[in-house]
Amino acid sequence: MPKFNLGNGFPTGDIARIAVFAALIAALGLPGTLNAFGNAVPITLQTFGVMLAGTILGSWRAAVAVAVLLVLVAAGLPLLAGGRGGLGVFVGPSAGFLLGWLPGAAVTGWIVERGGHHPSVVRLVVACVAGGIGVIYLVGLPVQALVSGISLGKAALLSLTFLPGDLIKAVLASIVTRGTQRAYPDAVPAVHRERLRAGKEG
Amino acid sequence: MNGLTGAYVPGDSPLHRLPAGAKLAGLAALCTVLVLLRAPVAMAVAALVVGVLFAVSGVGAAAAWAQVRPVRWFAVALFVMQVVFADLPSAITSVSRVVLAVALAGLVTLTTRTVAMMAFLERCLSPARWVGLDPFRLSLLLSLTIRSVPVMADLATRVREAQRARGVEWSVRAFAVPLVVSALRHADALGEALSARGLDDHDEGTGHAAP
Repeated sequence: MPKFNLGNGFPTGDIARIAVFAALIAALGLPGTLNAFGNAVPITLQTFGVMLAGTILGSWRAAVAVAVLLVLVAAGLPLLAGGRGGLGVFVGPSAGFLLGWLPGAAVTGWIVERGGHHPSVVRLVVACVAGGIGVIYLVGLPVQALVSGISLGKAALLSLTFLPGDLIKAVLASIVTRGTQRAYPDAVPAVHRERLRAGKEG
Repeated sequence: MNGLTGAYVPGDSPLHRLPAGAKLAGLAALCTVLVLLRAPVAMAVAALVVGVLFAVSGVGAAAAWAQVRPVRWFAVALFVMQVVFADLPSAITSVSRVVLAVALAGLVTLTTRTVAMMAFLERCLSPARWVGLDPFRLSLLLSLTIRSVPVMADLATRVREAQRARGVEWSVRAFAVPLVVSALRHADALGEALSARGLDDHDEGTGHAAP
């Protein structure tokens, strides 16, 4: 047993899920892999991926998945939408929105975890809107205001254009989570936790 | 995708030779200065400093532009908004602050090998061992993620083709549900494979998995 492992906090099953979801968020930003509505609307689906990580992995695993992705981006890998990467994204106007992914994914996961074995669609939508939009904007807007030296109100005005797309993504993420959790019950954070516990005892 | 390579431009300038940690500290300091500067004249001086740094690094104009390019539309929108709601000097200050900060950060990325930056960040993250993420698991997690990006991209392409064949090209649900389910299946199989190789029994002291 590793010395500092609090109750085996990182079983390999979790490492695999975290790595694959971090990679999934990156893949959702690759050009040509997919476009949301045919090829008509060029919106990035990476925040959609962040919401999915929250609803499926649960709070802290989702936050770690986002953290891993951000570390790789900081190291210079072009894993953000449009092949962006490097340190520039962490000092640019949207740096806060990026860092907001961390608490955003965690809050989304936390709300879904409270929903037990069968989180309702309403709960999923609330989780995606609160975590995937509310928390992310809460971190993103002040940073944008600070970086560009404008007032919070003006920063909000600049970001208003992204809100309808984000709302659509939140609803889609909820519907997709619902479908995934029906097809694969282990995609519910509470169910997964129980299975891990049972596996350890058995 | 154009391969998982960073934006690093090989070179032998003093900036290339500086350790990653020093460059990051310098970047943090210069960005703080940029936030504090108010006058357009000060911004002009800052722009000159950034220009000199780029010249010293010898990364070339194309690489420099590629770093700043992502914020170009934001810069235009910000400029217009500041001219309308405030005045020209504050518009110049705001826009140059954003562009210069992004350029400086880009300069660090351009002159630092991805591997060196990753090693530095891994060292910074070593306190994560207190929550069970020891250095071995941390590197496993990072390398597994890098390995999984092309796997997920490939999966997305295949699901997309299947979706096209079924004639439901416009449905996000028909795309994302199979994608996420396949990703989870893949992850859980991967986790079991790692577990079967004894990685759960890994002991921090040995540096590799116990037999």
